[in-house]
Amino acid sequence: MDEWKKVPMPVADPNVRNKNFEEVAQGYTEEQALAEASRCFTCKHRPCVKGCPVGVPIPEFIAKMKVGDFEGAAEKIREMNLMPAICGRVCPQEKQCESLCVRGRQGEAVSIGRLERFAADYMRAHHTDAPKEKPETNGIKVAVVGSGPAGLTCAGELARKGYEVTVFEALHKAGGVLEYGIPEFRLPKEIVDNEIHNLELLGVTVKTNYIVGKTATIDELMAEEGFKAVFIGSGAGLPNFMNIPGEELNGVYSANEFLTRINLMKAYKKESATPIMQAKHVSVIGGGNVAMDAARCALRIGAESVSIVYRRTEKELPARLEEIEHAKEEGVQFCLLTNPVSIEDDGNGWVGGLKCVKMELGEPDATGRARPVPIPGSEFILDTDCVVMAIGNSPNPLISRTTEGLQVNKHGCLVLRDTETWITTRDGIYAGGDAVTGAATVILAMGAGKAAAASIDTYLQENK
Amino acid sequence: MYKILRKQRLNPTVTLMEIEAPQVAKKAEPGQFIILRTDENGERIPLTIADFDREKGTITIIFQIVGETTTELDEMEVGQELHDFAGPLGTPTHTEGLRKVAVIGGGVGCAIAFPVAKKLSEQGTEVHSIVGFRNKDLVILEDEFRAVSKVMRVMTDDGSHGTKGLVTDALKELIESGEQYDEVIAIGPIIMMKFVSQLTKQYNIKTVVSMNPIMIDGTGMCGGCRLIVGGETKFACVDGPDFDGHLVDFDGLMKRNGMYREFEQHKRDEHCRLMQKGGEQ
Repeated sequence: MDEWKKVPMPVADPNVRNKNFEEVAQGYTEEQALAEASRCFTCKHRPCVKGCPVGVPIPEFIAKMKVGDFEGAAEKIREMNLMPAICGRVCPQEKQCESLCVRGRQGEAVSIGRLERFAADYMRAHHTDAPKEKPETNGIKVAVVGSGPAGLTCAGELARKGYEVTVFEALHKAGGVLEYGIPEFRLPKEIVDNEIHNLELLGVTVKTNYIVGKTATIDELMAEEGFKAVFIGSGAGLPNFMNIPGEELNGVYSANEFLTRINLMKAYKKESATPIMQAKHVSVIGGGNVAMDAARCALRIGAESVSIVYRRTEKELPARLEEIEHAKEEGVQFCLLTNPVSIEDDGNGWVGGLKCVKMELGEPDATGRARPVPIPGSEFILDTDCVVMAIGNSPNPLISRTTEGLQVNKHGCLVLRDTETWITTRDGIYAGGDAVTGAATVILAMGAGKAAAASIDTYLQENK
Repeated sequence: MYKILRKQRLNPTVTLMEIEAPQVAKKAEPGQFIILRTDENGERIPLTIADFDREKGTITIIFQIVGETTTELDEMEVGQELHDFAGPLGTPTHTEGLRKVAVIGGGVGCAIAFPVAKKLSEQGTEVHSIVGFRNKDLVILEDEFRAVSKVMRVMTDDGSHGTKGLVTDALKELIESGEQYDEVIAIGPIIMMKFVSQLTKQYNIKTVVSMNPIMIDGTGMCGGCRLIVGGETKFACVDGPDFDGHLVDFDGLMKRNGMYREFEQHKRDEHCRLMQKGGEQ
């Protein structure tokens, strides 16, 4: 074994997996987990922990793994993170904990994410992940809006402290983006279901088909249903479009719609009544995780070719490294330094091609990234019959429109009165996740849910 | 689960169901819609609320059998339960301050237009109703409309009931005869709403239409229900379903609604074959 390198993750054959929805990364074996754990220096100053939004005690859990105490390792993680099986799979570790790993200064960082996943999976496989006992209830009701990563984390933390938590979910199934957004091959839904089941064992009630803002407003929940505090984790909302000609054509999807049809509604399964277009050449606009998910889904439902169209270079792709690599292995093509100009009509109201322009990188913009500039005269048509827009979302307006005194910024994101406590502009109402930050990651949402839960606890204990 | 309490065939392709859904009934208003799934593999389909009873805790839906899901729904009986039923979604139809309104319903669209006409009538607005159908066998809710309308016109394409002609013929006649409407509310096939809007534009009468595009979540997440209104992208689920008829891009919407026609046809054929096979056993 080369101690400068991570123990590689076993993965399914790219040419087989790009035709099915089974999990791609198959997880370490015990031997591989032990070998990878042994690479950790157990640094006293714990740099990696600073990179974790929920503060997982990383050297401590890996220390337990080194001696084969996988249960103990998982327990250690769960002190700070209730959903390690999910984080181990979807966190951008290379930008967080692993980016601060001392090993990374010469060679590759310790694969903290893979070890986290192994510990969580080990526990689940041995059926020891369920909560040992239900905490004694304190009778105080808290409402959580949305059952995505922010909401579930907040609910779990509060339930552990004895609060009577109800999670309200608008869709027919709980999980939020973990369910409708992230595909099965990256995060098996069985894992999400299991985490939600564990929360229910902690005493959390999950109400599906309940649209806060419509079925009941936040004020009604507080005044009529007796909820003493509310956490809003309603997530990403309406998809953004580029506002280029042709976006109304048949065959143009938002990534949210494309992924929802596939992941939540299982359109790829024969027994599902939900349709999805059988496209030949799919172009996905954008370079984030959502774009990678959409592109890889498109291959799996039978597209002959799939292209990612992104206006900067590979270096700037915001997606997780692993997703980019997996997408490439599976045959997704990358049209970099390319920007769509218009979507062409095939003459019958369907997508007939994507007109693009080549770009070059110019001066850095406000975000510090090089601004892409179109190269005049470089327009060309990309052969495409389906376009998926994966360029972000604006927060859902249902709650802000129906809750007086809840301020939003110009993007529609909820405004926090205090970013430390995640309190909104209304007493007793807290918020976190994409509803506050705009499109971000699962782990940042979980970090917010966790911090907000602590603030809600303080608030309710002070206002008993 | 959401129990079917009443089922009534209004005509050969249109069925009424009263569903037990107290949570939805508590807040429902005319113009809003629900999303349902018949079973765990079912697709999510939006249906506009035809009526509600807050005390009984029920929502009435009226649907036309057009695809696989509505066929399945139509095959369900009283006592059976729908897997999912969420709402009320969308913005209620704006009725405040209206003194005199022409309510136009076309085909199964009458099911959505009726609760609006009823609400207007109850608040003291003078309601003139114009309802149109292809022929007399397809007429629904005629008596109900009549009960809340000061003026009532029934139109059929073939003249087999009421007056032969289109709803726009009747509307034009009423306007020409001097009736002055604060607003026209038109709900029915897209093509009907388009022509009503074209007509009222000539007379400069504000016109509200109710859109029923392809939808999945219905809560402002997927963007499937987008349409162009006044040159801007709008989402029917959270910005509508009511929009200014003079600004809606009806042609674009007609194309979008046809996106899954082939898939639907395929599924329907499959369903029919399954039914036939079942019958042979």
